[in-house]
Amino acid sequence: MVTPQVAHFTDPFTFSNGATLDQHTLIYETYGELNAAGTNAVLICHALSGSHHAAGVHNEAEQRPGWWDLAIGPGKPIDTDRLFVVSSNNLGGCDGSTGPTTPMPGSNTPWGSQFPQPQVRDWVRSQKLLAEYLGISRWAAVIGGSLGGMQALQWAVDFPDWVEHCVALASAPGLTAQNIAFNEIARHAILSDPDFRGGEYLAQSALPARGVALARMVGHLTYMSADGMSDRFGRELREESFSPDGNQERVFQVESYLRHQGDRFSTRFDANTYVLMTRALDLFDLSEGYPDLATALSKATANFLLLSFSSDWRFAPQRSIEIRDALMATGKPVTYANINTDNGHDGFLLPDPTYERLLSEWMQRVGPSS
Amino acid sequence: MNRLDLNRVLDWVPQGSSVLDLGCGDGAFLQRLCSERGVTGVGVEIDADNLICAVQKGLDVIQEDINDGLQCFPAQRFDLVILTHALQELTHPHIALRRMVQIGKEAIVSFPNFGHWFCRMHLGFKGRMPMSRVMPRNWYDTPNIHFCTVRDFEALCSELDIDIIERATVAGPAQSWLGKLWPNLFATSAVYRICQSGQ
Repeated sequence: MVTPQVAHFTDPFTFSNGATLDQHTLIYETYGELNAAGTNAVLICHALSGSHHAAGVHNEAEQRPGWWDLAIGPGKPIDTDRLFVVSSNNLGGCDGSTGPTTPMPGSNTPWGSQFPQPQVRDWVRSQKLLAEYLGISRWAAVIGGSLGGMQALQWAVDFPDWVEHCVALASAPGLTAQNIAFNEIARHAILSDPDFRGGEYLAQSALPARGVALARMVGHLTYMSADGMSDRFGRELREESFSPDGNQERVFQVESYLRHQGDRFSTRFDANTYVLMTRALDLFDLSEGYPDLATALSKATANFLLLSFSSDWRFAPQRSIEIRDALMATGKPVTYANINTDNGHDGFLLPDPTYERLLSEWMQRVGPSS
Repeated sequence: MNRLDLNRVLDWVPQGSSVLDLGCGDGAFLQRLCSERGVTGVGVEIDADNLICAVQKGLDVIQEDINDGLQCFPAQRFDLVILTHALQELTHPHIALRRMVQIGKEAIVSFPNFGHWFCRMHLGFKGRMPMSRVMPRNWYDTPNIHFCTVRDFEALCSELDIDIIERATVAGPAQSWLGKLWPNLFATSAVYRICQSGQ
């Protein structure tokens, strides 16, 4: 059982684009105990639709544990018997941290479309404030998958002294044109929903559920591989769609699944947040401000673990290999493996014996040696 | 299998050097180099189970197919690149060798000598591909697709402008002096220290 906690920051926070929040709040969870020397703290960075709720359950009625319960917990790869794990909802999120759904200062109106555009390096700075708030002065590891991996890498570059180990799973040094195109389709779906109301739907008691659902369906498709989908759905039809009179519409399992994913997401996730998060992905460029990726990563002092997933076509193995080669070029310690799986981009969230064993063994080098 | 070639390789590894171990397997030898020679090591391994074993030993390992050309390593990145008993398993041994002496200031290569008298006798009298304790697999399902002899290897080095700095041979206990005298006939394995010509 885990209880979310709230950290309130009263100093102004300035985003990369110059916008400022006078004060802000981060919601976070922790698992395990921080040791006296403070040498066992691990930061988990969440991906596009993730939240602070990475592991465990909030109450006994909760059916699904946190999004990375597979990896975080006692005896699991990120072993909370040894490590103190911190997981926060990113600034601009919609799960309790200050974001488009929270009220603007001195008013009851939600930020809506007025919320500043965060970038990966802004999240890193805000996570650093949280670390200091928690009395942590160095992470034994910063860990994330996909957009979370980008934050982990940015941490290693921006605050090298803070990051002893860096784990980036199914990640990339920046988006490809195809990645940006898919994000644009998702945003277009949201922005063109009449209920979006220019982003002020909350103030006008509307909900762009269709737009968000469609955005999620497109996004979700890119998280799966063609082979994985064939294995899971094939051309199966939903049972109730077999009607003797032949009048009922026939629904393929894959359609039903995507609709379900879209619907569930549209009631859970905020449209403005989705727009901001996908934009943050588009804008991410680890080599920004440096002549190339290798020069950027040459600043890092962390020990790296990079994992890609063979059937991932969103952030294909080649993208991890780019990071690996840049690290290798500058002589940084790095372990890299390409996990052979049909799980696609979602591979870092799903069970796989090789993946779990490898992560678990590598994590043994994180934290104080017993 | 008692890998005598590895002892020889170990003797040649300078204290504190940076080493790339190609086909590092479960990392046992690289770990030995780290503890006995204080090297900074990186392993390359294609098999996931082996890779996990090497990671378990605290080593940094890259999952990569040596046959893909080892493009991830810049020139002169390592003091030493090691390839022990894997040359014969590569699709293009000559390309790998050329790359090894680029990535490393020096390279060490060991391989089983197919010119050994046993192989010759086996082929000569039985008329079939040799099989032994060291080469237990049938010709059609062996990973060893590019066997060579000591003389073959030296000829290839000269073709590739690779200098042989030092050569050692591994032979049975009764034949160690013969192995030194006539390596192509009596060495079971050969170990070479090589580098790019003119270095």
